[in-house]
Amino acid sequence: MRNKTSIVLVVLLGLTLAACGGKKGVKDGAEDEGVSTTALGDGTGGMGSALGAGGDLATNNTVYFEYDSASVTDDSRLLIEAHAQDLLNNPGATVVLEGHADERGTREYNLALAERRALSVAEIMVAYGVARDRMQTISYGEERPESLEHNESAWALNRRVVILR
Amino acid sequence: MNLNAVKRVQLLTLFVGLLFFSLGARAALEIEITQGVEAGIPVAVVPFEWKGSGVPPHFVSDIIEADLKRSGRFDTIPRGDFLSNPHDHTEVNYKDWRLIKAEALVVGRVQRLGSDQYQVEFRVFDVFKSKQLTGFRYSVPGKSLRKLAHQISDIVYQTLTGERGAFDTRVAYVTVERSPARTRYLLRVADSDGYGAVTILESKEPILSPAWSPDGLRLAYVSFEQGRSMIFVQRLGDGKRELVASFPGLNGAPAWAPNGKMLAAVSSREGNAEIYTIDLQTKQSRRLTNHLSIDTEPAFSPDGRSIVFTSDRAGRPQIYRMRVDGSGVERLTFEGNYNARASYSPDGKRLTLVTNQGGGYRIGVFHIDSKGLFVITDTTLDESPSFAPNGAMILYATQQGNSGVLSAVSADGRVKQVLRFQKGDVREPAWSPYNRKL
Repeated sequence: MRNKTSIVLVVLLGLTLAACGGKKGVKDGAEDEGVSTTALGDGTGGMGSALGAGGDLATNNTVYFEYDSASVTDDSRLLIEAHAQDLLNNPGATVVLEGHADERGTREYNLALAERRALSVAEIMVAYGVARDRMQTISYGEERPESLEHNESAWALNRRVVILR
Repeated sequence: MNLNAVKRVQLLTLFVGLLFFSLGARAALEIEITQGVEAGIPVAVVPFEWKGSGVPPHFVSDIIEADLKRSGRFDTIPRGDFLSNPHDHTEVNYKDWRLIKAEALVVGRVQRLGSDQYQVEFRVFDVFKSKQLTGFRYSVPGKSLRKLAHQISDIVYQTLTGERGAFDTRVAYVTVERSPARTRYLLRVADSDGYGAVTILESKEPILSPAWSPDGLRLAYVSFEQGRSMIFVQRLGDGKRELVASFPGLNGAPAWAPNGKMLAAVSSREGNAEIYTIDLQTKQSRRLTNHLSIDTEPAFSPDGRSIVFTSDRAGRPQIYRMRVDGSGVERLTFEGNYNARASYSPDGKRLTLVTNQGGGYRIGVFHIDSKGLFVITDTTLDESPSFAPNGAMILYATQQGNSGVLSAVSADGRVKQVLRFQKGDVREPAWSPYNRKL
């Protein structure tokens, strides 16, 4: 798994770089509400400085996931990379990665699934050079929903990892 | 005139009191039959005679009638149909009960003996055979009347069905009270009919997965009170508790071994969610699973030899079984794209689980030998099923309106009832084992 992940990461890193160089990493759909990847695409300098100019890493801090999945989308990868860069620029800083799941399915499975999401984000940060001990992962499972409604858009908002400084 | 008025006020007071009592008693929990009960045994429960002044502290016969009805095994005959209201064997006219097609009859009386002491007697009759089947008399303090009523229900149930009743048992569940100011999580224990709820833990942080010890004296549960999930074991008697798992990463899904000396639980301390056993005496833990997938929700078989668990090692969550040492892992479920949180029936032959076969998350019963999986609910966000200790019913959580509610379903899926608790979002029910014989 670890080997496999690294390979996937290398490939995806390539994809990410390609995405940065060319097209904007914008994706539509409710699940990406709250995550703006356009700032990154418009940035002319480094990833971190582009967002730094926007000054909103603190609000652009949520990675969303597909149903029963802990795979990070390319767009989210840009966001994680920005946070990784920020951590590299601020050697004293640490983050908490809070994993969450939607309400569907069982609570304990969701606790494990949400943790896997947080670990996915952590692994990507590590791939960008952030020391693992600067990141703490906590899974809340489905216990702390962003939206209390019971529909697709609520579920999309609730399947997330929040990167907290 | 004056006297008359006073009398009337008293009567009115009594009536209002009765009304309030009755509303109060009913408000906590409503039984809702959502599927037919025609196949139940027609039983008439005559309101027990009350010998004493004022109002009895509990209407024993109401409790018994509600228990029998909720079990799904009985068709309780409306009191308005009764042609007579006997209270003991000398008053029973079997013809009155054959006429309204009652097969069984329950009568009794409650008498105040002292300031807080009551004598309760009941008798059960077979209407067709025109004979008494059983009958007992008790003397109890007021606080024991509800428990006694459930014990009587158990006797009636066993007398009429031949199977052990599970009314004198308890349920544990979590209630969430959300307000703009704060969210409170309450771990509560109530009688099997939802009455007499007592909060045993209150927290600002999530509580989940309460699990009864086999002796019914302790609860293991997951609490986020220290900022992340940890497993505690709490004694119900004195409220004392112990932190049993606070490993790095998540700690969850506690399940008791049948001997009460060991828990199976989930920890991700070695990277991802794996199942361990924890010896409660030595606190030594032992890893059972070793897989890159999620392994969670362990449950022991009643003989203590096997553990079923949820794993997504084949891509989606399915139920697997292993020996208690972690060897001999085999996949049990293949139907549907989501099967999780399995637990055994008391006889070890069936599992109840959460299943999604395309129509939503529903409660299923899986027959281990035949591998048959039967979906027994028709709602879409059902979770946390557990068997009653007699295996006849399954308690689970579902969504109704915008709130979680507890619901009970007969193990064959024929009868369902929503147990409507008054306040908050209710979830994570767990049915207790049989109460300890004292």
